[in-house]
Amino acid sequence: YRGAGGGGGSNDFQWCFSQVKGAIDEDVAEADIISTVEFNYSGDLLATGDKGGRVVIFQREQENKSRPHSRGEYNVYSTFQSHEPEFDYLKSLEIEEKINKIRWLPQQNAAHFLLSTNDKTIKLWKISERDKRAEGYNLKDEDGRLRDPFRITALRVPILKPMDLMVEASPRRIFANAHTYHINSISVNSDHETYLSADDLRINLWHLEITDRSFNIVDIKPANMEELTEVITAAEFHPHHCNVFVYSSSKGTIRLCDMRSSALCDRHSKFFEEPEDPSSRSFFSEIISSISDVKFSHSGRYMMTRDYLSVKVWDLNMENRPIETYQVHEYLRSKLCSLYENDCIFDKFECCWNGSDSAIMTGSYNNFFRMFDRNTRRDITLEASRESSKPRAILKPRKVCTGGKRKKDEISVDSLDFNKKILHTAWHPVENIIAVAATNNLYIFQDKIN
Amino acid sequence: MGEEEGLHQTQLLDTMFVRGLKRKCFDGEEDIEGTLAGIKAIPSYNLQRQSLLDMSLVKLQLCHMLVEPNLCRSVLIANTVRQIQEEMTQDGTWQMINTQSTGQASLDRLVSTDILCRSSREQAEGKHVPGYSTFNKDFESDQAQDGSETMSTASSVQAPRNLQSNVWEMENPQENKGNFQKSLDQIFETLENKSPNSVEDLFSEVDNSYYDLDTMLTGMMSNTKMGHCDGLETFSSPTTATSSSNCKSDLNELDHIVEILVES
Repeated sequence: YRGAGGGGGSNDFQWCFSQVKGAIDEDVAEADIISTVEFNYSGDLLATGDKGGRVVIFQREQENKSRPHSRGEYNVYSTFQSHEPEFDYLKSLEIEEKINKIRWLPQQNAAHFLLSTNDKTIKLWKISERDKRAEGYNLKDEDGRLRDPFRITALRVPILKPMDLMVEASPRRIFANAHTYHINSISVNSDHETYLSADDLRINLWHLEITDRSFNIVDIKPANMEELTEVITAAEFHPHHCNVFVYSSSKGTIRLCDMRSSALCDRHSKFFEEPEDPSSRSFFSEIISSISDVKFSHSGRYMMTRDYLSVKVWDLNMENRPIETYQVHEYLRSKLCSLYENDCIFDKFECCWNGSDSAIMTGSYNNFFRMFDRNTRRDITLEASRESSKPRAILKPRKVCTGGKRKKDEISVDSLDFNKKILHTAWHPVENIIAVAATNNLYIFQDKIN
Repeated sequence: MGEEEGLHQTQLLDTMFVRGLKRKCFDGEEDIEGTLAGIKAIPSYNLQRQSLLDMSLVKLQLCHMLVEPNLCRSVLIANTVRQIQEEMTQDGTWQMINTQSTGQASLDRLVSTDILCRSSREQAEGKHVPGYSTFNKDFESDQAQDGSETMSTASSVQAPRNLQSNVWEMENPQENKGNFQKSLDQIFETLENKSPNSVEDLFSEVDNSYYDLDTMLTGMMSNTKMGHCDGLETFSSPTTATSSSNCKSDLNELDHIVEILVES
């Protein structure tokens, strides 16, 4: 079983620790906090962005025939500074260099391309390998110094010689000055020519080749900012239909838009909202309904949304309620006021599908992350911690105790560490390999090979 | 850090806010475990709700940072504040707090919120602070948009609100108006960080290199507003006069605030 087929989800096998990247120190440098994680289309490359504006790309090593039990490990392939801190002089405000999102482009030649964005500027990066260099130039010598033309008595053809592999990252396009508010999402279109970028109030459509123009396709800014009650929280293109995209809001709604219907997609084609349960209404209802992430399934038939306490799967053909709802950490419902006070209630958790859309994963607190099998309806809670970081060690399921008596190995709600939050996770597009970002560490887990 | 401590401190609040303890005290039909128990629950619920309101207003005010505040967070907090206000208006407790006036106590509360509301951010060239009626209008349009929201008491809210506005006008118009909607409106001005006819539009074409870096850095260290002023004064522009007068009005405001603090 290798994931891409149907059948078994996350619980038919066991997850094992594979690798962990990052410093072990208790003292975490703010700049090292990972802010986004993304596999490329083949899963051979894994990119992370951090608060310091750096991008680190890991590459999966070719499987080693002499050690068949050790699956290909991910090792550093390239590191570069994507964004630098900037200062907006007109507003006297800093623009953070934190990388909010990375999205890979499908590979079309030997080089790899990705989009990385901070709050204001999107950049297209080309990552290419160089493993040969030319030697034997006529006009310059090996050091690069120009040779004296009169000394040249013969002509030769330069030859290519192998050199140590060098991976270079260069910025190919910079898409700037199109967002007044903070960019929260970028999404590459299935046409591979365009992409969208979304901030709190607007969504823009770009062509990858053109940096001085973008088209505004959604604008929810009210004429009077005092009337503002809702913002855009995430947006994504449909994986197959290049004219369709969705965006989610802070009020827990999702709008599906068709770009063929009009140039400005302020009027949605579909509107997804689950009616509120009046018995559970509180002052925090709206805040916890705010959607922090929306992801289409690979099939394009479904989409998944993450709000503060749950993950919901929607059928694109049914707007009035989700088809599945999974509770991530319902035990926090009685703690909402505390979580409001310490701002944790505003944490934006992401979610992801596995390659076959049979399982979904999302993060929680205390370095816990949760996986739900859509077929068996089973769920599991695992922890990304140094303690369970022995090579190929099987991860033990964790449990949070909500009631009175705490069993052995359970952890009580009040003992949870709310500073250890797993906001960003990624699932390999084909295999059962997951990447989990725990503050400044990146954990990679794989399924156990029997 | 202090997060776990924070969790313990507000545990009491948590128990009150579990599962939408929607207040129905003045509505005699449904009671909370008998009227006596209900009455006993009233003050503590009100206190908790007030505490949540205060907490929210403080959160909204913590925007004097170097980095732009998170708009989503601000909108969510502001919506929470509106919800609380709406419920308090419905209960009549909003009115109660104002009319009760145990003299100094309530006035201090209003004043302290007002001080929180006034800050060092731009007053946007002396923009007129919208009155309560504007907030009303916002609220109604908000109501209209929330189709599926359980605003079952929407119609009944109208009556108390109108009454409310009369009460407000009769009472201390300055303080009361300043207390709440002023804070919300001005908060959004802050978030917007500009007003329609503000500096940004005028200078949107200007090359950044025109700015004196030192001036900007000075502005950064002290008051953000002052930074704007300093920068503007280097230009010969029709708005310069207005901007420097804004700096002056800010200073006047600061004096006013100090006066209040000293008096109390």
